[in-house]
Amino acid sequence: MNRYPLWVYVTIAVALALGLLYTLPNFFGEAPAVQVSAARATLKVDNAVLGRVEETLKKAGIQPTGLFLDLASIKVRLADTDTQLKAKDLIDRGLNPDPANPSYTVALNLLPNSPRWLSAVALPMYLGLDLRGGVHFLLQVDMPAALAKRAESFAGDVRSQLRDKNVRHAGIAREVNNIVIRFRDAETREKARAIIAEQLPDLQLADAGSGNELRLVASIRPEAQKRTQELALKQNIQTLHNRINELGVAEPVIQQQGSDRVVVQLPGVQDTAKAKEILGRTATLEVRMVDEDNMNAAALAAAQAGQVPFGDEFYVERNGQPLLVRKQVVLTGDRLTDAQPGFDNQTQEPAVHLTLDATGARIFKEVTRESVGKRMAILLIEKGRGEVVTAPVIRSEIGGGRVQISGRMTTVEAHDTALLLRAGALAAPMEIVEERTVGPSLGAENIKKGFDSTIYGFTALSLFIIVYYSLFGVFSTLALCANLLFLIALLSMLQATLTLPGIAAIALTLGMAIDANVLINERVREELRSGVTPQAAIHAGYERAFGTILDSNVTTLIAGLALLLFGSGPVRGFAVVHCLGILTSIFSSVVVSRSMVNLAYGTRRKLEGVAIGNTSWK
Amino acid sequence: MEFFKIRRDIPFMRHALAFNVVSLVTFLFAVFFLATKGLNFSIEFTGGTVMEINYEHAVEVDKIRKALDAGGYHDYSVQNFGSSRDVLIRMPLKPGQNSAELSKAVMERLSADDKTAKLQRVEFVGPQVGRELAENGALALLITSICIVGYLALRFEWKFGVAAIIANLHDVVIILGFFAFFQWEFSLPVLAAVLAVLGYSVNESVVIADRIRENFRKMRKASVTEIIDNAITRTTSRTIITHGCTQMMVTSMLVFGGPALHYFALALTIGICFGIYSSVLVMAPLVRWLGIRPDDMMRPPRKEKEEAVV
Repeated sequence: MNRYPLWVYVTIAVALALGLLYTLPNFFGEAPAVQVSAARATLKVDNAVLGRVEETLKKAGIQPTGLFLDLASIKVRLADTDTQLKAKDLIDRGLNPDPANPSYTVALNLLPNSPRWLSAVALPMYLGLDLRGGVHFLLQVDMPAALAKRAESFAGDVRSQLRDKNVRHAGIAREVNNIVIRFRDAETREKARAIIAEQLPDLQLADAGSGNELRLVASIRPEAQKRTQELALKQNIQTLHNRINELGVAEPVIQQQGSDRVVVQLPGVQDTAKAKEILGRTATLEVRMVDEDNMNAAALAAAQAGQVPFGDEFYVERNGQPLLVRKQVVLTGDRLTDAQPGFDNQTQEPAVHLTLDATGARIFKEVTRESVGKRMAILLIEKGRGEVVTAPVIRSEIGGGRVQISGRMTTVEAHDTALLLRAGALAAPMEIVEERTVGPSLGAENIKKGFDSTIYGFTALSLFIIVYYSLFGVFSTLALCANLLFLIALLSMLQATLTLPGIAAIALTLGMAIDANVLINERVREELRSGVTPQAAIHAGYERAFGTILDSNVTTLIAGLALLLFGSGPVRGFAVVHCLGILTSIFSSVVVSRSMVNLAYGTRRKLEGVAIGNTSWK
Repeated sequence: MEFFKIRRDIPFMRHALAFNVVSLVTFLFAVFFLATKGLNFSIEFTGGTVMEINYEHAVEVDKIRKALDAGGYHDYSVQNFGSSRDVLIRMPLKPGQNSAELSKAVMERLSADDKTAKLQRVEFVGPQVGRELAENGALALLITSICIVGYLALRFEWKFGVAAIIANLHDVVIILGFFAFFQWEFSLPVLAAVLAVLGYSVNESVVIADRIRENFRKMRKASVTEIIDNAITRTTSRTIITHGCTQMMVTSMLVFGGPALHYFALALTIGICFGIYSSVLVMAPLVRWLGIRPDDMMRPPRKEKEEAVV
């Protein structure tokens, strides 16, 4: 009656083994490390950089305990924090000869200390900012401003379309998100309507006014509005990425939250003011002409040596080619409304398609007409420092505001360039609506406090349960240990973020999970008291208690899920652990504890008594 | 070991009226303090800036106040936090003020007075976020209550669902009443604790409801009062042991968890104590007064379930 089939034991054994495997990395702790990543999106970290890092360290006689290349960065694990700081300085100097213009971000980080085979399978729990220290920002994107900006650029488009087609209007103005075009007669209005409907399908048109005060009100279609907002958010996130790269943060988190918010988490960053300044900075895009007159070997060599011709600036292209660019700016990034990767229509080469607004298109048309065959440079200016994104040759006059950059580009490069062009500036202003900064010492203190409360509480609870229920108490305690093991394994497996409220939830969940075992043990005692044989009592105890355990866990889970859905920040960290804990506790308190009881008592034919404490009526 | 050897059923129901009067009075007190004093919401709900500053030696709060007054700050609050070396400064939200500049300016002023001042933590919440958090909190409470009533109605009977949720919301109000009376800070973790308590106390009601259902089947001749008395008496041991165990964990948090977990653990402690009381002595009488009958639970549940789903 109290025997489990073999497969149940096997399942439990497998679950415990997996639990142990995934919990294991948490015991190894973390080692100091240095992380190298590209400071600019145009650079890649590869094996060559890895070699340079290795060499730099070898020269200084530093022996890293681990050195490897992952998706986008090089990680160097070091023995202690002193070596870590030394290695960071060395690598920084080695990779970035010009400190004012760093190519690589060298940041301090912590890496799991577990052996390599283990790291390949399992990672330790991810610690939240309140435990490791760092900065958390919640930024709100100003969507009305993004839409107004879009409407403004549409107004420019309407203006240039009507001028091109020689339609005489009496004025164009933007009113909030609508574009109002005034006309003197109905005929002109009809003509304008046809042109706008054909050329600018994202606008929907409505008539207004009467007599000779006729108006055409163009508003952005809802789907186009939605697209604009999504793009604005995406662009802002990309811009934030680029800027945060400069801060030298090892593992920044930049995520969309809801439809108009961005979460930025910078573990380990202490200087909030600097972080904020960098997040709020604007990068600009500039189009300038290459100084063809001076693009000869002699002038380039002189420029490289520091003698730049008057009115020019010296840059190095991405492929390493030197370039002399005029200081005079043809166009700025404000005129760029979109940049998308794609393919050339004729050659099927990868290309980047740019869309300029009306003014930009006119300027571009004039400039390209005069400079066919010459090269123009597109520069990204950040912190007063420029970088040539690309320097294509102008093949023909370009009108209509649609520009294509192609040639000598791979698909990946086209994609990166488009991203870079789009991400140069923020699409819409952002505002910090929430900020949380935690110092690293406070983080360490929080871990200790959370850990202490769990361990002392758990010890007290275990001792009590063992004294009160004797052998069954031991089983209950072991089941609770299994619960803790499963919970930590799950958290590590899911890489859920552990916060201080999360640790509190672990403690609380353990305190609540014992309920199931208390229910079972009490029930078994009660059955024994009523004179049932020990085997039957165990069976009845587990069977009868199960329904109750299920019901009570479901109600607790309901509250947990509501917290998960509606909670934010610290509450969510609590809710995740709480919900997972409820799920693991059902399994461990019912199945795992029963398996132990079955192993201990189930095989005995004649069972005199059960070690569950006092069950007599005296 | 065995603490509870109760042979005869304790006549809980005989004193039901007295218990209900007691809980009604406690409840009204809680509502009264909530209405007059209100909750002391943390800046997570109201918006504003909190700074935690650590000194290498004990520091006088008055000195910090003076420094802040000299800086032209108003409406702030300064208090020790955990130890005499840590202080917590709360600043209300002011239009047009930048939180980065605020914390920086305050730190400069304090460092000028005392070189050892170290900024441990800054928290800034804008007004909009605060409002959303408060709304979401209320919504979470509402949804939890509805879902729990729904589940209990489905598993047992609507009378249990209603009685359980009244009993447990009464706990929630009492916890809030404590927070209002002592003006303890009501923060997000406290909200989490309150909701966790709601889910947890319902366990209690579920256990008793389960027993009542079982007793209806087994004790055919007994009266409803006897059945409820027996159910409560038989589960007393489990109630006390479980809550005691959970309380051990919570006490450990209260003692070792430091100031960050203090109010969280406090809310749980109140919740656990009142959770026992309310499930046993509020929910059970309510169920009786709602007129629970054996056939409510004995009848094949098919038809009732349909009603419950609707």
